[in-house]
Amino acid sequence: MASTMLSLASVSPSASLSTHETPKGKVKLGSSFLSLNKGRNNLFAKTESFGRISMVAAVNVSKFEGVTMAPPDPILGVSEAFKASTNQSKLNLGVGAYRTEELQPYVLDVVKKAENLMIERGENKEYLPIEGLAAFNKVTAELLFGADNPVIKQQKVATVQGLSGTGSLRLAAALIERYFPGAKVLISSPTWGNHKNIFNDSRVPWSEYRYYDPKTVGLDFEGMISDIKAAPEGSFVLLHGCAHNPTGIDPTPDQWEKIADVIQEKNHIPFFDVAYQGFASGSLDTDAASVRLFAARGLELLVAQSYSKNLGLYAERIGAINVVCTSSDTATRVKSQLKRIARPMYSNPPVHGARIVANVVGDPTLFGEWKAEMEMMAGRIKNVRQKLYDNLTAKDKSGKDWSFILKQIGMFSFTGLNKAQTENMTNKWHVYMTKDGRISLAGLSLAKCEYLSDAIIDSYHNVS
Amino acid sequence: MALSRKLFQHRSSVSVFGARSMSWWRSVEPAPKDPILGVTEAFLADPSPEKINVGVGAYRDDKGKPVVLECVREAERRIAGNLNMEYLPMGGSVNMVEETLKLAYGENSELIKDKRIAAVQALSGTGACRLFADFQKRFCPDSQIYIPVPTWANHHNIWRDAHVPQKTFHYYHPQSKGLDFAGLVDDIKNAPNGSFFLLHACAHNPTGVDPSEEQWKEISKKIKEKGHFPFFDMAYQGFASGDPERDAKAIRIFLEDGHLLGIAQSYAKNMGLYGQRVGCLSVLCEDEKQAVAVKSQLQMLARPMYSNPPVHGALIVSTILGDPDLKKLWLKEVKGMADRIIGMRTALRENLEKLGSPLSWEHITNQIGMFCYSGMTPEQVDRLTNEFHIYMTRNGRISMAGVTTGNVGYLANAVHEVTKSA
Repeated sequence: MASTMLSLASVSPSASLSTHETPKGKVKLGSSFLSLNKGRNNLFAKTESFGRISMVAAVNVSKFEGVTMAPPDPILGVSEAFKASTNQSKLNLGVGAYRTEELQPYVLDVVKKAENLMIERGENKEYLPIEGLAAFNKVTAELLFGADNPVIKQQKVATVQGLSGTGSLRLAAALIERYFPGAKVLISSPTWGNHKNIFNDSRVPWSEYRYYDPKTVGLDFEGMISDIKAAPEGSFVLLHGCAHNPTGIDPTPDQWEKIADVIQEKNHIPFFDVAYQGFASGSLDTDAASVRLFAARGLELLVAQSYSKNLGLYAERIGAINVVCTSSDTATRVKSQLKRIARPMYSNPPVHGARIVANVVGDPTLFGEWKAEMEMMAGRIKNVRQKLYDNLTAKDKSGKDWSFILKQIGMFSFTGLNKAQTENMTNKWHVYMTKDGRISLAGLSLAKCEYLSDAIIDSYHNVS
Repeated sequence: MALSRKLFQHRSSVSVFGARSMSWWRSVEPAPKDPILGVTEAFLADPSPEKINVGVGAYRDDKGKPVVLECVREAERRIAGNLNMEYLPMGGSVNMVEETLKLAYGENSELIKDKRIAAVQALSGTGACRLFADFQKRFCPDSQIYIPVPTWANHHNIWRDAHVPQKTFHYYHPQSKGLDFAGLVDDIKNAPNGSFFLLHACAHNPTGVDPSEEQWKEISKKIKEKGHFPFFDMAYQGFASGDPERDAKAIRIFLEDGHLLGIAQSYAKNMGLYGQRVGCLSVLCEDEKQAVAVKSQLQMLARPMYSNPPVHGALIVSTILGDPDLKKLWLKEVKGMADRIIGMRTALRENLEKLGSPLSWEHITNQIGMFCYSGMTPEQVDRLTNEFHIYMTRNGRISMAGVTTGNVGYLANAVHEVTKSA
């Protein structure tokens, strides 16, 4: 150690930074100019304690000097703000994570059972293959399309386990960028905030199709069809399979048919984000109807799945990307390329959540219990919707029609509140929600419906 | 007439209303098999009872079985069933990250106390490297990465998919089967100032060749002179010598010399958490403010990739490292794994020498960590696979973790057979 100290002390400061000093005291490293903090120019401010040289602050200017603070995530940042608040009445209607009536997180019974089974079996923790757990991939595709679906039986689906919905979308986006350079993805206006980030970081261009109609707080169906029709042939159309996030507004079965018509007509590729299968209506099959409708037409499509909400496995990051192809040979090739994208991203996906899903969905008893728990969760949300609607209608004397709350489906409700109004919700009423006016009903209890309705009425009428 | 014919032709190759006849994906070629993970796939498909897998770097016990550490089983018992699964923050488990930084930077590191380290939980070593590569691309867009020759194959994929141009630097010296120190230092000197250098902190993969302490000091000095950015991939802390503190020596030397470095850490091997994908990316900054900014940007990169990292493995890590008894047990188990590998190195070398091999095999015991760069050619490796059912990567890398007292004799025989006339 002592010899090291001596050798460092003997190195002259200017030699330690290979620099070309320009007259203005700026240093050029590589191709960027960095300012040397004058105070730091005096290097070797070394302090010693017990013979150790503690960190020298000055010698290197960070390459990342110019890195600015990123804005808080508009969705995940809400929970952080909520946690920081000390107000007693605070209510977190930000992120879409299911809560019980007592507003506690909920671990499904079937999940606890599956985990205990896994502990008993003492399974090892070896790497999964790049494409993930085979048992998981099998059950997830069957859950989505139905085990008897021709696309499954004919092995036309390339399924790769992904890091929940986000990770699965990202794999698909990278595939699009690689094989359809220049192709656009059409996303709904509005859509889940992270969709844009995913396509941006994957360098896939996107544009929006009309979706939400603020006047009706419903679907702008004509606008949607028109915009999909107007897009260049061969675009990818991102559709929410059920329980649209953030609006909660889903097309009717009839409307889905017409959407499929125009997509076929324009040779677009349907790209489904299915984050709420089972959670929307309470029925796994009903919620998969839109995807199955498209598959039944022989269309090739992409489907990203997530088990964050419906199995409560949020933090385990378990989902899948499915690509339905015209042949099993194509599916094999597509799968191999998805693997090639995953390998430099994370090598292979995490095993724990995959095993839980495989155990629950693959076991008839556990599967039945899961269906019951899901009906219970979806049922609680439906009850909360009803109560909120009742409270709003009773307390709001203006005659405004709040029935859109009942027409919307799934975890979220698009209240129609604007940015200033949502700020009022937070600042005055300590209700934490996203600035687009979305509330997560999963975070609402029957007990709090009245308080929330007061807040909404106040924000809607008294703030512009 | 000609026009309508053209239209007709155009229409017939593009499907109109109704099912398409051609797939969107027809131009998708089958991807080449991953050179490392593809080996295991081939191994699993082989019905021969004599088969040996010395391909992928996953630890096996002396019976050739995967191992789940005792400390891990105990941690799992403690966390099973009674925990909610709420999303971790985008930066991952704070506890896990804190404990992980202590391992790399030192238990009582001033840098940790001064909050100068931007750190996030990552998807094991791969994920940590990828996050860093993306971060490098975003904030130093004109930079390139210097990668040692050879290196773990996936390093090239990672920086390529991050769109960061790659260069290489000399590392392995084939004649001595050791370090090409002169070549390495030369390449550091010749790289443009402010380049990024990828270094393996210990137990170099695939060669097992590590610089000595003196050589590390020299490397650190040369890198500092050029204002380069050192990025350490540390996937084997504890696994190389059996002592995590010793295995972090290179990093500590660089820290003492004042580098603002970055580190990718993985618990895949040293805690046997392979499939859980637990790791950490850290970037040492000038001060706390910068660290906060850098961390926020790392999170911005993670959000569109996977939103937030998986919790299970992180909980195991923080449970173990947060409990003094479990941590002691872990250190003991890591040493046990490292010792077994060192023992197998000795056994393999001795067996080859006893067989009267004309070649020198001292590199087997000179090298360190999970891998041995045998010096065998791809053709010789192919013979090992086809004639002897021994599976390894074609660069001649043997995963010593797959060697047991039961198979070391067979392995030595086979290696001798394919190399004796070399």
